[in-house]
Order: sequence, then structure tokens, then C-alpha cells
Amino acid sequence: MSRPSQAALISSPSPPRRLRVVRSPRAAAERGRRWRGTLRSGVIGGVSLCLWVGLWQLACVQEWGLFFHFENVPSPTEVVTAAATLLDNPKLLPHVLSSLQRIFIGFSVAAALAIGLGLLIGRFRVAAQALLPPLEVLRPIPAVAWIPLAILLFLSAEQSMVFITFIGAFFPILLSTIHGVQGIDPRLVNASLTLGAGPLDVFREVILPGALPSIVTGLSIGMGTSWFSLVTAEMISGQYGIGYYTWESYTLQNYPSIVLGMIGIGILGMGSSWLIRWGGRSCMPWFKPEANTR
Amino acid sequence: MNSAHDSADPSDRVRPRGAISMRGLGIHFGEGDTAVEAVRGIDLAIAAGEFVSVLGPSGCGKSTLIGAIAGFTPVSSGELLLDEQPIRGPGPDRGVVFQQHTLFPWKTVSENVEFGLKMRGISRPERRQRAHEILQQVGLGDFLRHYPNQLSGGMQQRVGLARVLVNRPRVLLMDEPFCSLDAQTRLEMQAMLLELWQEFHMTVVFVSHDVDEALFLSDRVLVSSRRPGRIQGSLSIELPRPRDTELLTSPEFMRLKRQALELLGAAAHGPAQRANGSPRAVNGARGPADATQFAL
Repeated sequence: MSRPSQAALISSPSPPRRLRVVRSPRAAAERGRRWRGTLRSGVIGGVSLCLWVGLWQLACVQEWGLFFHFENVPSPTEVVTAAATLLDNPKLLPHVLSSLQRIFIGFSVAAALAIGLGLLIGRFRVAAQALLPPLEVLRPIPAVAWIPLAILLFLSAEQSMVFITFIGAFFPILLSTIHGVQGIDPRLVNASLTLGAGPLDVFREVILPGALPSIVTGLSIGMGTSWFSLVTAEMISGQYGIGYYTWESYTLQNYPSIVLGMIGIGILGMGSSWLIRWGGRSCMPWFKPEANTR
Repeated sequence: MNSAHDSADPSDRVRPRGAISMRGLGIHFGEGDTAVEAVRGIDLAIAAGEFVSVLGPSGCGKSTLIGAIAGFTPVSSGELLLDEQPIRGPGPDRGVVFQQHTLFPWKTVSENVEFGLKMRGISRPERRQRAHEILQQVGLGDFLRHYPNQLSGGMQQRVGLARVLVNRPRVLLMDEPFCSLDAQTRLEMQAMLLELWQEFHMTVVFVSHDVDEALFLSDRVLVSSRRPGRIQGSLSIELPRPRDTELLTSPEFMRLKRQALELLGAAAHGPAQRANGSPRAVNGARGPADATQFAL
């Protein structure tokens, strides 16, 4: 069944009165507004992007060298040419897949561990007293600083890179989870108790769902930092991977590929963060962030 | 069909449950210099199935009393019994409804109401069914799949009431439950509460600062003094039931209201007499109404 176009719904002069809530003209108008809003921000974003790329091209062609030195920087046209040849490169897929695999393993382990620990620390004072001090000492250490130790800790470079990814994702998720648990309205916990909930029920029915919005935020920040950490690790000790590709391009003086690698990192990072947000939204149909700001 | 309902009801009738008794009940919070005495020396007996309201100035420990019966607030001195058993911690036999709803935002209306049944391990189809029945009773049969933040304030309070009643509590504790609703909704809610109370045979302890509301609903209105809260006076409301809003303008209602206001005035601004040599009587604001204190 085809849906009537948005425009037709908006302009219908006298909306029928007895439509159901979901299909009411107001909802349609609301959807139309949202759609136009998306279109508008898309156009503005596209124009802005084009302007920046144009500026970059101009800088390369005229070889600006006042503060930034563009003499050796590949221009957008060079990058596009390189992209065309990259698609024929048989190593492209292994590079991308090995990065994705490291992210997947490191991030999943970090998420499981950080959410579990965060729930405990947020809920139980004893857990906080026992676990927070060592974690607080480790937290300011950037993932990059772990690289030498990671190489010593693990026999294979692969494992140490996954470990660095793990470190990058772990702390943002942990802190958001703790924050989420501590932000839960204690009256909701009390309400569950007056309805007969035991300690485990409180955890499953109140603490976990109550902290979920904050946990999802932590996961999406953690996804960003785990990419950041992975790329650094790959540059130092990789064999394959998008970070390794970028660094290798530099050492082989294949400059347009540096930019390609960077763009690849950007796209993969963006895509995985989007995936997290989408997953979060679909398991929290009740959560409407815009309702809070209205 | 509703085997649990049927088996619960007759036993309720044979042995009415939900009698509350307090003897020398005192509650204070904190330690040392920052200690606050919330209520002191309360002697009170509430019969099973009675509808009792507590009126009083803000900060008089009304809510503390609710918290103690609910089992959140530990008793500091004296005793607090529910059906001759000391209260130890919260439980589904005492339902609580607050001014601000405490529905779980992540659960639908139906899931919220089902919660207590789920905790008792009742199967999903049965708890759906029971939640649906009780939600129809409070007029929300069409909102099962909504989330609490999609409902109006009055509807949220109805869900809160349904969520408690589905557990068939002995005692319903209400802490200014209708106080943030508009006047019209409020009257509707009061009427609905009375209907439900009569159907479910439970004791209701209702905290309010609205004299009309307390008189309209209750069998008995207690007036509490300023902190530390004491029962300052008690009014038996022997108006016929079922009650409707016309009652609010009857001469008999006016007479009761005048009495209640006098008691409240005494509670709030009572002359600082030294009574019975009690060293804290100045703070206790014990006034002329002291005599009625023992008429409970």
C-alpha cells in the first residue's frame, strides 16, 4: 500500500476528524515538518561540505604556504583518483575487515565489563570503595600510553591492538554507567520495593533500564574513543588495518592515500556510532530526549 | 477465571485486615546536632477498612508517618504494628501513591500495573488479564500500551492507583496524591477513590493539606501539629455514604469544616503553653486542642 505523499497530507484543507491518533492530520503535519527539517539541514550541510572541499582544492592548486604548508598535501582531485585505484586494490577488504574485527572484539568486551562494573559501583557503596580508587588512577592514562605495556603483556600484536581498543572504550562506558545508576530516582526503587521486588528484581527492572539512556551515551562515546585508540595502535604495531594503511601510505610517500585512510576511519567511526545510537533508540522506545528540552 | 480474586475476597470478609496501631511512636532522622525529630509520641489505632486522613501544616511529619507505615522509615521509639505484626521494610501489602507519580517510565501502562504480579511469579497472560481489568476499572482500558509520559497527570495517578490495587493491599497509603491536579480532575479522582475503597475493603491513610478533601473522603480526620508532629486533634466524620459533591455545601459539612479549621489553627499557631512539664512543649505547639488528643 502506498502512502500519500507528505505534501498532500499537509495541504489537505479540512482534515477528517475521526482518524486514529497515529494517522491524525496533526501527526502527518508533524512528520512533514520533520521531513522538511531534515531536508533543510541536509542542504545546508551539503553546501558547507562543498565549500570546504573547494577551499582545500584552491589551497593545493595555489600551493598556500603561509602557516599550513599545502605544497605536499594531496588535493581533492588527487584523492578521488587514488580512491578509484584503491577499489581495485585486493588489500582493501582485509584492511577494513581486520580493523572492524578488532573494534568488535575490544568494544564488546569493554562494554560487557564496563556496564557490569558500572552497575555494581553505582549501586553498592562497597563496590565503589573497593574498585573506584584503582580505576581512577588508570583512567587518565590515555590508551596510547598503554601500547608499550600491551606489547609486553600479549604475545601477538593482534591481541595487544585489541587490548588497546578495549582500553579506549572501557572508561567512557564505565563512567556513564555509574553516572546513570546514580541518577536513578530513588523513589522508583522504593516503588518497586513496595510492589514486592527483591534485590535482583530491583536490578533488572529498575536499575538497568533506568541507567540505559546514560549507558547508550557511554557506548557511543566509547565507540569513538575505541576507534581513536585502535588507529593509533595499528600505526605502531599493525600488519593490516585502516590505521596501518594510513601510516604505510605516509612511509611509502603515497600521499593521497593518507587522506583516503583518514576518510575511511571517519566513515567507519561514524557508521559504528550511528549503529550504537540506532540500537539504543530501538531498545528504548519510551525515551524521548527532545521531551526533556522542550 | 480469576481464581486468585475469588479466593482473596472471602477471606478478607471473614477476617478484615489492615488494622494499624501506633504506641508512643517516635521517629527522628540524623545524629547529634543535625538530628531532626519528625514525629513524637503518637498513639493511634486505625481500624481495618477505615478511611483516615491526616491534615496538618507542611513539615509536620505527615509524610514521615506514611513512610513509616510503608516501611521505608525506621521507627526510632515506640511501636508500629500492622495487624499486630511489627512493620519490617516495604511490601506489596501496603501500597503507596505519592503526589508525584512513581511509575516506571520504561514500562507501558499495562507493564507498570503488572509489575507486582510479575514479582509474585504470575504468568504473563494472567497478569495481562488482571492488569487490563483493573485499568478498565480506573477508566484507562484504552491506554494499555502507552508510556507514562504520554499521559496526563490525572491519568498517571490512576495508573499508580491501579498498580497498587492489583496487589490487593491491606493498606493504601496516599501522600497528597491529588494535590497537583486541577479541580475538576481532582473531584473525579476523589469519587473514584471512594468507589475503589469500598470495593477493595482496605484501610486508607490519606495525607492532605486540603480540608475539604479530607472531610469529604474520610471516616476520621486527624490533625497533626507542627514538628515534631503529634496528633493534635481528631474529628469523626459521620456523614452518610456514598457521598457526592453536593455534600461539600451542606450545613453539616460546614460545621465539620469549621471544627477542622479550628484544630488546624491551633496546630499551626497554638500558644506556647508549657503543658505537663514537657521541656519541649514550646516546640510542640501544644495548644487548647490538647484535650482532644486522647479522643482517638
